[in-house]
Amino acid sequence: MHAFCNLFECLDRSSGTKARVAALAAYFSEAPAADAAWALQLLLGKRRRRLLTGRRLREVCLGAAGLPEWLFDACHAQVGDSAETIALLLPELNLPAQEPLDLPLHQWMAERLPALAALEGEAQAQAVLQIWASLPPPQVFVFNKLLSGGFRVGVSTGLVTRALAVVSELEEAELAHRLMGGFEPSAAAFTALLCPTAGSEAAPISRPYPFFLASPLEPERLQADDPAQWRAEWKWDGIRGQLIRRAGTTFLWSRGEELVNDSFPELVALGDALPDGTVLDGEVIVWPAAAERPLGFAALQRRLGRRSASRALREACPAAFVAYDLLEAGGRDQRLQPLAARLQALGQLSAAVQAGAADTIKGCLRLSAGLPLESWEALEPLRSQARQAGAEGLMLKRLDSPYLAGRKRGHWWKHKLEPMELDAVLLYAQAGSGRRANLFTDYTFGVWATAGLEPAAGSVDPEPAAGDSVRIEPSAAESRPRQLVTFAKAYSGLSDAEITALDRWIRRHTTERFGPVRAVEPLQVFTLGFEGIQRSSRHRSGVAVRFPRILRWRQDKPAAEADTLAAAEALLEDG
Amino acid sequence: MLPPGALIQHTPQGLYCPAADAWIDPWRPVPRALITHAHADHARPGSQVYWAVGSAAGVLRQRLGQGIDLRAVAYGQELRLGDATVSFHSAGHVLGSAQVRISAGGETWLISGDYKRDADPSCVPFEPVAADVLITEATFGLPVYRWRPGQEVAAEIAAWWKQAPERPSLLFCYAFGKAQRLLAELHQLGLNEEVLLHGAVQTLMAPYREQGIAMPPTRPASELPRSEPLAGRLVLAPPSAHRSVWMKRFKAPQTGFVSGWMAVRGARRRRGYERGFVLSDHADWNGLLTTVRQSQARQVYVTHGQGDVLARYLREVEGISAEPLSGGFAAERGMEGEDLDERQKPEGQEAPLEKAGEETPG
Repeated sequence: MHAFCNLFECLDRSSGTKARVAALAAYFSEAPAADAAWALQLLLGKRRRRLLTGRRLREVCLGAAGLPEWLFDACHAQVGDSAETIALLLPELNLPAQEPLDLPLHQWMAERLPALAALEGEAQAQAVLQIWASLPPPQVFVFNKLLSGGFRVGVSTGLVTRALAVVSELEEAELAHRLMGGFEPSAAAFTALLCPTAGSEAAPISRPYPFFLASPLEPERLQADDPAQWRAEWKWDGIRGQLIRRAGTTFLWSRGEELVNDSFPELVALGDALPDGTVLDGEVIVWPAAAERPLGFAALQRRLGRRSASRALREACPAAFVAYDLLEAGGRDQRLQPLAARLQALGQLSAAVQAGAADTIKGCLRLSAGLPLESWEALEPLRSQARQAGAEGLMLKRLDSPYLAGRKRGHWWKHKLEPMELDAVLLYAQAGSGRRANLFTDYTFGVWATAGLEPAAGSVDPEPAAGDSVRIEPSAAESRPRQLVTFAKAYSGLSDAEITALDRWIRRHTTERFGPVRAVEPLQVFTLGFEGIQRSSRHRSGVAVRFPRILRWRQDKPAAEADTLAAAEALLEDG
Repeated sequence: MLPPGALIQHTPQGLYCPAADAWIDPWRPVPRALITHAHADHARPGSQVYWAVGSAAGVLRQRLGQGIDLRAVAYGQELRLGDATVSFHSAGHVLGSAQVRISAGGETWLISGDYKRDADPSCVPFEPVAADVLITEATFGLPVYRWRPGQEVAAEIAAWWKQAPERPSLLFCYAFGKAQRLLAELHQLGLNEEVLLHGAVQTLMAPYREQGIAMPPTRPASELPRSEPLAGRLVLAPPSAHRSVWMKRFKAPQTGFVSGWMAVRGARRRRGYERGFVLSDHADWNGLLTTVRQSQARQVYVTHGQGDVLARYLREVEGISAEPLSGGFAAERGMEGEDLDERQKPEGQEAPLEKAGEETPG
């Protein structure tokens, strides 16, 4: 545990990639395999299971500290993290000194922590307190994090893979592949992972290939190329998926490496109709068999949220798999074949499936059609049609490209539609957590609506998190008074300097406080970007936007000139 | 709010004592100003007469102008101002920092200014003072803030510096107070290698040297010949120099920030320094509580930072009548500690190489 905590501190401190990879590699080469396996699991962010809630830890801390609850909460607001708040408050507990405890990480993870979770009531509280008293403060923090399931280290899977490649002298892509589909934190699994000769026969049949990811288009890199060497496709607005049929079993993986078989039974049925030894890469999307274009992302979200899909839901939101690549055929890895060859084989496969399969299955398989692209000048006009086609932009793939692992630039580009934009007024702010603790970074924005068309101000909900509210503009120049109606929340898009400046402004221009939320003077205007907009009965503005973020702080623009709800409604997709 | 008719009044210029006809750390020019210390959010230019502790004079004149009418007093010396008796008592915050004690009509008030209780070789230790009414700061008024002795932190800093002989070590800290305290702490550890300084820190060295504070030799980094290697050197700079053009000269530096705010991981990570060292020139939670108890005050007012929290704790847990005093006291210190609104900074004030942010004691 000591070595792991040192690694954590080291990663937490250094921002340089080189230093982090070096620290990771040093840890992996020195740690016993059983510990390294657990460390890897934690670094990959795979362990999400919560053994004890943060609330329970808080309860144990408060029970022993004799601090008033409100004081703990004030501390938490400043620190932004329960595990850390407790670690910092520990001296207040005056716990009797204990023998220092330094158990190996795997023993904590596999035995001690689950055992703690299995205890109840006072016995559990006493056991937690005893451990707190026997760990040095930095380890208390990590212990709390591991226990409450919120342990996150700011390293990417790519960085961890690179460090493992350094230690094992294996290719990063090979390691990435071996890590796909889940990793069992055992010494044997870790040893097998780094084994120079681990053959594919050892791989579980469910294991997906690492997804090949496209990068945002850099147009200047295309100019020298002949468009004929490229394939253009719509960029579909669903979720990336890998459909695997091996040894008589079907697996549907999402890009987040979740098995989503249960959510999409019709796609599992489709998989069952594929020949053995087939792996397709494509988009999971809601697309009724007879429809010309898919339904929006909101429809897919209804399917994603649940464990199993009821018949009614399947009928309302039928899923389809839009295939755009063939990674394995006849049990053989196709990824080094050029895209053109993979697509040809995919076309044949699809034709065979369509010929032999039941009608209910046919509609579930679609191919992502190639789009005509004679010259680069045609690219932008083509992209501008994406919305009509129910897509979120274009994909460009070199016809001779292999299927690589992860984001490697040059072979595949994505060219998304520009986001929709509206200028909105900052109405509420709330402090973030973690790195943004005690800094106002969660913003709620409003647009102008004509009074009377919206619910009366009398029904203002003081808790904007619960929904939305209305503020009357004090000095409306127009004859009909206008109100600002909350319209979207956004958390990202400002620079650190802007966040700091805005935080200071918010503190000075707070008009009201509702718990952690502050209402501010409606003066600051921001351009918000978002991917889509739909009607919503759950939002008081009547519309909901997708992935809203701040594009610009419009310090030049008075609030009165911000956009109106009518302007937002004009962007509605359902027309 | 302060009750009407009390010994100390809350006015637009700041805290005012009618009996002494004097303001304490006024925000705007007044006829007579009693200054607790020379940080820019406490000492502002334009007043007719300033009263402060003698050892504060050097920095005060540097900041407010050589020509100010400054009446220097000794710690503990009793002054008769109008109907009031006024004395200055060490606050242990920075060189020449003081708490102001005012007595009149059989009642004594103590205005703490900024203070800390931990040992600091660069200034006179804090002196506990009894009073009927206490006005205290609460910048770090939460129990998550708990300081370790300065010597321990300095040893940690020295180890950090010494384990990187191949890189320059850039240590960011407030130019007035913290930088000199660090130097004095390093001296106490027996480290007497030359330390390089950013111009903003350099400006403050003379007043400290004049007071005979023992520190390692220092030199402005700008005076170092270009040919001289910077690897393995320790450099002190204000936070405003972090990621500035000034930093370009140092190749592959390791960076650290010294501040009480560094106790919290989020604040540490947000600022983008590799290391955070927890050392503050303010009282921690226990320091605040001890001060309140020792003052034996029957009434406490709390300014700056966590005023609400400390006042509530004093009322509900300690059973002491207490309330936050709002308005004007640097509004609210954000986590970044920038308690000085740059827009309110008087124009034409000489602020060599410094931004308001650095002034923030942390």
